[in-house]
Amino acid sequence: MTYMPDREKYPARTGGAESFDLESGRFMKVWQGPQHPGVTGNMSLELITSGDEIVDLKTHVGYLHRGFEKLMEQRKWIQNFPLVCRICVPEPDFNEYLYAAAVEELSGLDVPIRAQWMRTLNLEMARLTSFLMWLGGQAGTFGQGTIGQWTVTMRDFMLDRFEELSGGRIYHMYITPGGVRGDYPDPGWVGRLLGTIGDVEKVLDDIELVLFHNAVFKKRARGLGVITPDMVDHFGITGPNARCAGIRRDLRKDRPYLVYGQLDFDIITGEDLGVESDAFGRTVLRVAEMRQSISLIRQIIDAMPSGEVHNRPPNVLHWKIPPGETYLAAECTRGEYGYYIVSDGSDKPRRVYVRGPSYTHAVALLEHMAPGTNIADTAGLMVSLHTYPPEIER
Amino acid sequence: MTETLSALGAELKNRYGFSDIHEQRKDVAFVFAEPGNVPDALAWLRDHRGYLHLSFITCVDRIEEDELELVYMLRSHEARHDLAVKCRLERKNPVMQTMHGHWAAVATYERELRENFGIQFPGCPRVEENFVLEGWDNLPPMRRDFDTRKYSEETYYPRPGRSTSDPADHMKKTQYPGRADL
Repeated sequence: MTYMPDREKYPARTGGAESFDLESGRFMKVWQGPQHPGVTGNMSLELITSGDEIVDLKTHVGYLHRGFEKLMEQRKWIQNFPLVCRICVPEPDFNEYLYAAAVEELSGLDVPIRAQWMRTLNLEMARLTSFLMWLGGQAGTFGQGTIGQWTVTMRDFMLDRFEELSGGRIYHMYITPGGVRGDYPDPGWVGRLLGTIGDVEKVLDDIELVLFHNAVFKKRARGLGVITPDMVDHFGITGPNARCAGIRRDLRKDRPYLVYGQLDFDIITGEDLGVESDAFGRTVLRVAEMRQSISLIRQIIDAMPSGEVHNRPPNVLHWKIPPGETYLAAECTRGEYGYYIVSDGSDKPRRVYVRGPSYTHAVALLEHMAPGTNIADTAGLMVSLHTYPPEIER
Repeated sequence: MTETLSALGAELKNRYGFSDIHEQRKDVAFVFAEPGNVPDALAWLRDHRGYLHLSFITCVDRIEEDELELVYMLRSHEARHDLAVKCRLERKNPVMQTMHGHWAAVATYERELRENFGIQFPGCPRVEENFVLEGWDNLPPMRRDFDTRKYSEETYYPRPGRSTSDPADHMKKTQYPGRADL
């Protein structure tokens, strides 16, 4: 299936920009967002429509800009630790892990083996939780609001487990430089976690029945937002969006970090599942990845070694990190999440750059894919790329 | 350093006058170049050496040396390797050749870099449009000499009754009272 927007009847691009004569009565400008139930987070889409068809889309960000990168340059290394998780609300743990791991690499701080397992467990729990939130959103954009209620309920049970483990529901601040903040909170926690993921699994069975066999969802999501393999590198597409296009790439497998090298799992592509690379296929693939996450959580719990979970860093109030720079990337639910950190030898970072997958997915890719789409499917298209604005404007 | 990386470093040196490669980890390396050679070198790395994926473009303000350091992070999935190509621009009037034709996301990065660091990318589509800020008429905010506190105090009204304390002093008082050695 190849996707080619028919641009013949619209103005030609000159210098990369199109000019639409809004006075002609042929085109209308519609703003979707920043306050709109069909837009994830605070982001707005400037749509030019002809009838109910989108002919141009521009992504506007900045409504959630909190200046994290600038703030981090003015705070000590440890003061940034409770800050980084706030960059991404539904999935803060990747920020914690990447920041901690980069600081550990630059400072030469070791992490105990059990802490690495605990970190992997935390990241997989975060993946499952984030996917639950996304799945409800994706179903909601096609009018399946009930599924959103089921998934948000299950996410809440997962947040209970996070709260027991870390004390925080949304921002866990659990992965710290040197390890993790604590061990299992009580002997019954593992049992409760296993119970919760078992419940999630049952809800996923229901969702598959309700969503994947729903005529409206099939009709609207199939053929929507097709990503072809040749688009992947040009647009910098990573994660499930790329895997659904048949590109077998996953940082957990290609460049195993933490303990992923010791876990048994395979990269899932759209081809493996027999789906096309469209909004429908990406939903099927993400549900398969949720099941994979559940399997990984069980494997981690079974293989969890004993030992310490934290190596104490030097006095954090006077912690100076030797000059250097590094880039660390991890596979989050949406693709490549990365931290580029530069130290000049002082007690504060010289520069922290946060690379979020939405930066390319929600701007260049979405702007390319939107023309030709029905205006009612804009939200479905955007959510199928799994975008979060805060990681664009950091 | 692996033989492949050494060979790549030597080739980049011969072809584009790059510096020696600094290997940070076995899967991440950094290399310096002259700004004029960067576009050709990136295209060559993408087309002939498998560095197909652009992870990001960013900038580090080297205010002490009066320079801005641009960083282009490339990834080869085949070699499982990240290579950062860096170059430096004068801080006073930084201009860099646009690379929006190389990868689709480059135009967004260049628009952001113009706004945050004041780097000009002539010819880049929509580069003059706002990225995050609207009606900004101050120093580019990510530059080191932009004082966020001063800007806030001048722009926003102070709220009575608020006080701030230095985190280190606060920790000493509340967590380690009587510890003179800290």
